[in-house]
Amino acid sequence: MDEGKKADEPGAPNVKPRYTKEEFFSRYGVLLILVVMILASSLLSPAFLTGRNMWNVLRQMSIITIIAFGSTLVILAGMIDLSCGSVVALSGVLGTSVYVMTGSISLGLASGMATGGLAGLICGFLVTRFDLPPFIVTLAMMTGARGLVLLYTGGSPIINIGDFTVLGQGDLLSIPVPVLVMFLIYGLVLVLVKRTPYGRYIYAIGGNEAAAVASGIHVRRIKRTTFLLAGLLTGLAGVMLMSRINSGQPAAGLNFELDAITTVVIGGTSLSGGIGTVTGTLAGGVIVAILNNILNLTNVSPYWQQIVKGLVILLAVIMDLKAKGRGRSG
Amino acid sequence: MNTGSEYLLEMRNIVKTFPGTRAVRNVTLQVRPGTVHALVGENGAGKSTLMKILAGEHRADAGEIFFDGKKVEINNTRDALRIGIATVYQELNLVPEMTVAENIFLGREPREKLGLFVDSRSMEKETARIIAGMGLHGAPRTRVKELTVSAQQMVEIAKGIHRGSRLIVMDEPTSAITEAEVERLFGLIRELKSRGITFIYISHKLDEVFRISDEITVLRDGVRVATQPTGEMTRSRIISLMVGRELSQLYPKAEFPKGEVIFEARGLRRDGVFQDISFQVRRGEILGLAGLMGAGRSEIARAVFGLDPLDGGEMTLEGSPFHVRKPRDAIRRGLAYVPEDRKLVGLCLERPVIENLTLASLERFVKCGFLRPGTERKESEAISAKLQIKTDRLDLPVKYLSGGNQQKVVLGKWLLRNLKVLFLDEPTRGIDVGAKAEIHRRMSELAGNGIAVVMISSELPELLGMCDRIIVMRQGKQSGELHRDAATQEGIMNLATGAFHG
Repeated sequence: MDEGKKADEPGAPNVKPRYTKEEFFSRYGVLLILVVMILASSLLSPAFLTGRNMWNVLRQMSIITIIAFGSTLVILAGMIDLSCGSVVALSGVLGTSVYVMTGSISLGLASGMATGGLAGLICGFLVTRFDLPPFIVTLAMMTGARGLVLLYTGGSPIINIGDFTVLGQGDLLSIPVPVLVMFLIYGLVLVLVKRTPYGRYIYAIGGNEAAAVASGIHVRRIKRTTFLLAGLLTGLAGVMLMSRINSGQPAAGLNFELDAITTVVIGGTSLSGGIGTVTGTLAGGVIVAILNNILNLTNVSPYWQQIVKGLVILLAVIMDLKAKGRGRSG
Repeated sequence: MNTGSEYLLEMRNIVKTFPGTRAVRNVTLQVRPGTVHALVGENGAGKSTLMKILAGEHRADAGEIFFDGKKVEINNTRDALRIGIATVYQELNLVPEMTVAENIFLGREPREKLGLFVDSRSMEKETARIIAGMGLHGAPRTRVKELTVSAQQMVEIAKGIHRGSRLIVMDEPTSAITEAEVERLFGLIRELKSRGITFIYISHKLDEVFRISDEITVLRDGVRVATQPTGEMTRSRIISLMVGRELSQLYPKAEFPKGEVIFEARGLRRDGVFQDISFQVRRGEILGLAGLMGAGRSEIARAVFGLDPLDGGEMTLEGSPFHVRKPRDAIRRGLAYVPEDRKLVGLCLERPVIENLTLASLERFVKCGFLRPGTERKESEAISAKLQIKTDRLDLPVKYLSGGNQQKVVLGKWLLRNLKVLFLDEPTRGIDVGAKAEIHRRMSELAGNGIAVVMISSELPELLGMCDRIIVMRQGKQSGELHRDAATQEGIMNLATGAFHG
């Protein structure tokens, strides 16, 4: 049984680097960019590296990044979710509305999250039951959910939300609630991905779905769970967004799905699934936020800002390909 | 032979390194014009890397390439084609939806007078001429997807010839074609050779190498260990050069007492694929499934394992009924399937070795819903050492491993479970001799531990060497069964083809 110790096998590798250069970049490249950006930004504007501005950056990134954590799961599993923006609006407005009717913050929060979760469940069901492409299903959900929220509100916002604003504007332990929630979700999702079988399975499904099926993984169940989790996080983000903007806005959350995907991709996660990290997404969130922040601080016009962001997305993906594309197949 | 260009191709002191793996270390390859030059070596010896450098897919870190006496730079695949080097890969590079003519002319279609539209007629006429010139027959307007693998290979060769290639590299050309097709391919190679075309022929099948090649270069661990005329080589010498030691036994078959019947199939049927399939397998037995490509062998294994649906038939496992709707059902009852195409259904290539190893047995490493990385790593290391998986680290993506080691990872995935019946589909296809013997040794050992092994193989020596019993299939039906003592290559072929060999 223990005959496997023949050390002088032909071709037994004798150099054992901890990481290869490419692995190092694909693992820490995002963090490297982040450090460079922080350094460059603090040179460009003296206002950048102040405590107040840092809190600003964190507050601004928190909601999109929470959605992006959910999208990370979806994308790691080789799927895509285009419904986030509309579901943010639907769940945020419903949550706000429940608060206005009941006066209970927790009921409002719960109903918002439940709405997001339900939207995720529906997507997950359609994807797994009928083998529909997630792109199409979530595209339909994007349109449908937006229609639903406009129907529910008649197009006008829900106002007078009183104490509900604590979720988006309040502080806890002198940390803004959304920032606290973002880090909390980061921790939870990180543990989920790294320390549970579920995490392993989403990587496997995104990496090679056929192999995952042949290894006995409940691929459909995992996909449904993934959409459910993403939906819950989207619902949470929706409630916090409405709370932050003082009203339930049915038109809110426009393009959030794309912002979330941008964050995930800049964070080094591959859109074809199976490769990426939760920490990368957090870093991606910070990168996008710093970019926005420094462009604002240096008075760059909003039009230029969009162009710059487009270039940054391209740059991130190209660097990512450079780092990962060199496989060996001999 | 003038001194200036004794060689058509000369690759001098080629070096190429990849992360985490040995690749090509200072290899020199010299190929004489108008010959077939065989390149042999274990998987990971550097053959494919060397050929990818030649094809312009990789760039060498160091070294020079001379073609026809002139130094050339090959920076991309276009350069290689322009110089006159065509490569026919294992995975063919044709567009399946396009016709033979369109494929041959792809990227250089003749235009009509106006220069706007493709001149299909002259393209097809020219194709017919090329095909006839190669001594083949076939319609230029057939879609490539309707052709057999072998015919597709010929189209690839025709494409190379049409582009004026003088050197054609063939990478494992016979791994997916029948014996008769191999003959046809060899006929074509000899014909083209007589017209001055040079070939580099990569294969694991040494019989073929001896039949077709004029000269052999052996690589081992990224180094050239020998180049000699084929006539001066022997099979055992090549093997010992390849593995760096004498290989005592390629088929380490050990005799074990067979236990009771553990798995039985009765009347299995999948419409249009196979029918009337009934067999039993005992604990400790190795059962072979022989037959030609497309005889339905893999399909049976896939259906038993739940990857494809069954239309009829019954199965029992350990005496109780065995129903399977998806692989999960089969796995839970102790079945495992090592697929023919490990990259397609066996492995998540981008994921680390360790994650691939434990993918089917993660529940063993879970406590209170969380993974226990310590035990997972310990058991993975143990299985990796036992199977002698060669890798720097278990955290390396499995795509960086050689074919043989990847196959061991798939096997290791199942060994981490409590196995009862193991289906192996072409377990050693495209795998080097050393890894092959090791997989065979492991099969024997598993049988010795009371596991029933069902092996599908197209290599007759492997079937004869390893199996206790061989079921032969032809066109979706069982055409016969042979016991170890009575089985011969001819006997199997007769049953597989339904014909009698002279």
